[in-house]
Amino acid sequence: MADYPNQDATNTLIEQIATASGQGERLVITGHGSKQFYGQAPAGTPLETAGHCGIIDYEPGDLVLRARAGTPLTQIEAVLAEQGQCLGFEPPRFAVQGAARGTLGGAVAAGLSGPRRPWVGSTRDFVLGVTMVNGLGHSLYFGGQLIKNVAGFDVPRLMAGSLGTLGLLLDVTIRVLPIRPAEVTLQLQLSGSEALQRMVEWQRRPLPLSGMVYRDDRLTIRLSGTPEGVAAAQEAIGGERLESADEWWASLRDQRPSFFNPENSLWRVSCAAAAVLPEIAGDWTIDWGGAQRWYQGDATAAELLDYAKKINGSLSRFRPGTTQTSSEPIVFLSEISDPVAAIHQRLKKAFDPDGLFDGSRLPVAGIDQTSTVLV
Amino acid sequence: MTIVTGATVDVADPVLRRQLAADLRQLLPAHCVLDRLEQLKPFECDALTAIREIPLLVVLPENRQQVQAVVQYAHKNAVALIARGAGTGLSGGATPRADAVLLVLSKLNSILEIDADSRVAVVEPGVRNLAISEAVAGLGLFYAPDPSSQVASSIGGNVAENSGGVHCVKYGLTTHNIRQIRYFDHTGGLVTLGGAGLDAPGYDLMALMTGSEGMLGVVVEITVNLLPLPESIVLLQAAFPAMDQAGLGVMKIIAAGIIPAGLEMMDQTAIEVVENYIHMDLPLDAEAILLIELDGTEAEVESQLASVTAEIEKHGAYDLRLARSEQDRIKLWSGRKSAFPALGQVTTDFYIMDATVPRRHLPYALRQIVELSGQYRLRVANVFHAGDGNLHPLVLYDASDPDQVARTEQLADEILTVCLSLGGTLSGEHGIGREKLDKSCDQFSTVELEQFERIKRVFDPEGRLNPGKAIPTPQRCAEIGGMHVHQGKVPFPELERF
Ligand SMILES: Cc1cc2nc3c(=O)[nH]c(=O)nc-3n(C[C@H](O)[C@H](O)[C@H](O)COP(=O)(O)OP(=O)(O)OC[C@H]3O[C@@H](n4cnc5c(N)ncnc54)[C@H](O)[C@@H]3O)c2cc1C
Repeated sequence: MADYPNQDATNTLIEQIATASGQGERLVITGHGSKQFYGQAPAGTPLETAGHCGIIDYEPGDLVLRARAGTPLTQIEAVLAEQGQCLGFEPPRFAVQGAARGTLGGAVAAGLSGPRRPWVGSTRDFVLGVTMVNGLGHSLYFGGQLIKNVAGFDVPRLMAGSLGTLGLLLDVTIRVLPIRPAEVTLQLQLSGSEALQRMVEWQRRPLPLSGMVYRDDRLTIRLSGTPEGVAAAQEAIGGERLESADEWWASLRDQRPSFFNPENSLWRVSCAAAAVLPEIAGDWTIDWGGAQRWYQGDATAAELLDYAKKINGSLSRFRPGTTQTSSEPIVFLSEISDPVAAIHQRLKKAFDPDGLFDGSRLPVAGIDQTSTVLV
Repeated sequence: MTIVTGATVDVADPVLRRQLAADLRQLLPAHCVLDRLEQLKPFECDALTAIREIPLLVVLPENRQQVQAVVQYAHKNAVALIARGAGTGLSGGATPRADAVLLVLSKLNSILEIDADSRVAVVEPGVRNLAISEAVAGLGLFYAPDPSSQVASSIGGNVAENSGGVHCVKYGLTTHNIRQIRYFDHTGGLVTLGGAGLDAPGYDLMALMTGSEGMLGVVVEITVNLLPLPESIVLLQAAFPAMDQAGLGVMKIIAAGIIPAGLEMMDQTAIEVVENYIHMDLPLDAEAILLIELDGTEAEVESQLASVTAEIEKHGAYDLRLARSEQDRIKLWSGRKSAFPALGQVTTDFYIMDATVPRRHLPYALRQIVELSGQYRLRVANVFHAGDGNLHPLVLYDASDPDQVARTEQLADEILTVCLSLGGTLSGEHGIGREKLDKSCDQFSTVELEQFERIKRVFDPEGRLNPGKAIPTPQRCAEIGGMHVHQGKVPFPELERF
């Protein structure tokens, strides 16, 4: 751990917050900026977390790691790997100028999880505790170092996915997982309906699944566990074994061009795993055993929204294409009911009464005046 | 916590009670509104029997519309409401108040829908935890969180307490196993959080709702995740000559990359009490016994079993016992599971505590407990969830002896202080409720409590949902600050906490 930068910039960050507050400025919390595309475009002065970095505490036997918000994910993963452990939620590391980037704070604030999510849990499931600064400039510590904790409201998990709109994360305590000793990826040639049927069926069985994706007429399945357990499951599933599978899953996780064309918008439908497949022409990637469906193509937002509604799911434009103009609204398109929207507005105020932290990224009516809402 | 002894006095306003009962009988069938003392008495406490109060009124609605009518009525008439599930809570979360209506949800006990393909069940809040697993077992599925109270406790109560169980080392708590909640807000409006998928747009309000101890809304429907039943389960029991070795054993199993389905520990006092009760030939010289359950596919379980056995034997494990068949596992679990009745044989009363410490500090925390137990001259048995650092010290005392009662309170307080100082928290799974309200002042700073208070007001601006529970106001804690000086006397017991 000694080779990595280890800097506590708490005081500087708190001063910056105080100054901004005094001047009525609006702050946009920024880590590596690898997820700039995500959510509606923010507006305000950047508050940079990258200088606030380093692992504060890591105890492999406790499966717990606490690190400052600006700590690079790659560093955390490298340190964990030395102990045979990993980040179970597989946060994506999107590229900035060709390099995989992402900070722990950014990963938690965005709340995005990788291909393992249905079987292992999401980012928020792994968050145990946070130290944060709210819009009043108060430094707060919530949660703890253990998975079990029923003392006070669960603010740490609320922070996951809040996109920096409620406060600045200073450090995060997360649960980590052992790397399973064996992993095998299998591929089967199947039609869409056959694939969905298999995905549903296999998920009802106690198999050591850790990934299930259908695209290009191929169902790709990852198994993780003990060598014996994986071998037995491999026999049950059949198919062809995929070599260099780690790279395959990492590029899916990080949405590299081998999976998604950066020129086009990337849409996301979140739904029940068994929901019927879309009849919308275009490029579909059915991830998470059916529960996360990516789309690139010519369909309109209205058509996609219709489909999402029909299957009781939610739709978002995850990423705008590079050829699109930035003025296009990028939003969570699915309906947020009025009472839930009202809770969002009041909750934003409960953490940040004066709107010090820009709320544009999370365009729910009223949490930020400047946001465009397409509901 | 203050242990109350003696009979509970009914201090409710009789005029108000009569008025409310008459009004509510317009909204619900007459038999669903209880207002006579002998009807109210059974509801005077939850499973934390040390704190009791006769409720103003008890209502037992039979469907969602009736629940809504009660919440709307309470809102219009500025009456406080306390939701109650099965009343098995151990922190006084559902303790009634003389100025509040107790809203019991146990009659809303239908499983509304089971979708085996998407592996979810939609249930009403009064459904018992175990009833879900029983209903879906035929489909090869189960609902993972399994509090020891699962035969009785309701899923609504589980959500409110974010309950866990023996198997949450591997499967997580309630919060990890639900995907949609419907609740009535303080005005009686129906709100839906979460959705059919694994995530929903916007803030993760499900996280806030789970574990909020009935302070943010009245939950009327829950969609829970179901998991495939494991193909194979084995239970391994191992004794350790020293607590430190057992603690190390726990760490090593985890560090070896194995996440057991359950990882439970009993200390020497517990072993002795249990052995005297059920005669399993437990090694009485052992300082600790570990119970390790492994599940998964046949092949997976066998290879993990080999690793675990090798790992713990390196740390002094002896008297290893392995149970494979369901019958044998039940037999082997019976030691751990009979701890409560066994204690009932050796003591008139025992106080069940709940706190957490990081696993690495378990042996140290247990040694401190032994020391404190000597200091306060009270026996303490420990039977707990070692896999997730969740301690349950059981303090043996005699409630008819005021001196012992006082010592029990002080001992419990000191044990919690030890846990907090080691980076633990005040509650792993039983919640704060009424019991640990004052102690929470030690865990949270004023600004943290203010943040909680603002969150509470987002959902319940008038503070009418389960008032005086779970989270103390900063003002309350400021008063408590002086309490330690005044030797345990709360200066303003009537002071509102919400
Ligand atoms: C012998 C025994 C063993 C136990 N073992 C465990 C264990 O292993 N793990 C564990 O976590 N707990 C355990 N408990 C504690 C208890 O069973 C759990 O806290 C349980 O979840 C409470 O459920 P209940 O239905 O009894 O809720 P209650 O006791 O009735 O209520 C608990 C809280 O939930 C609120 N509430 C209830 N229903 C609703 C609703 N529909 N909407 C909003 N709020 C609601 C109440 O206001 C209260 O604050 C145990 C208790 C006993 C007696």
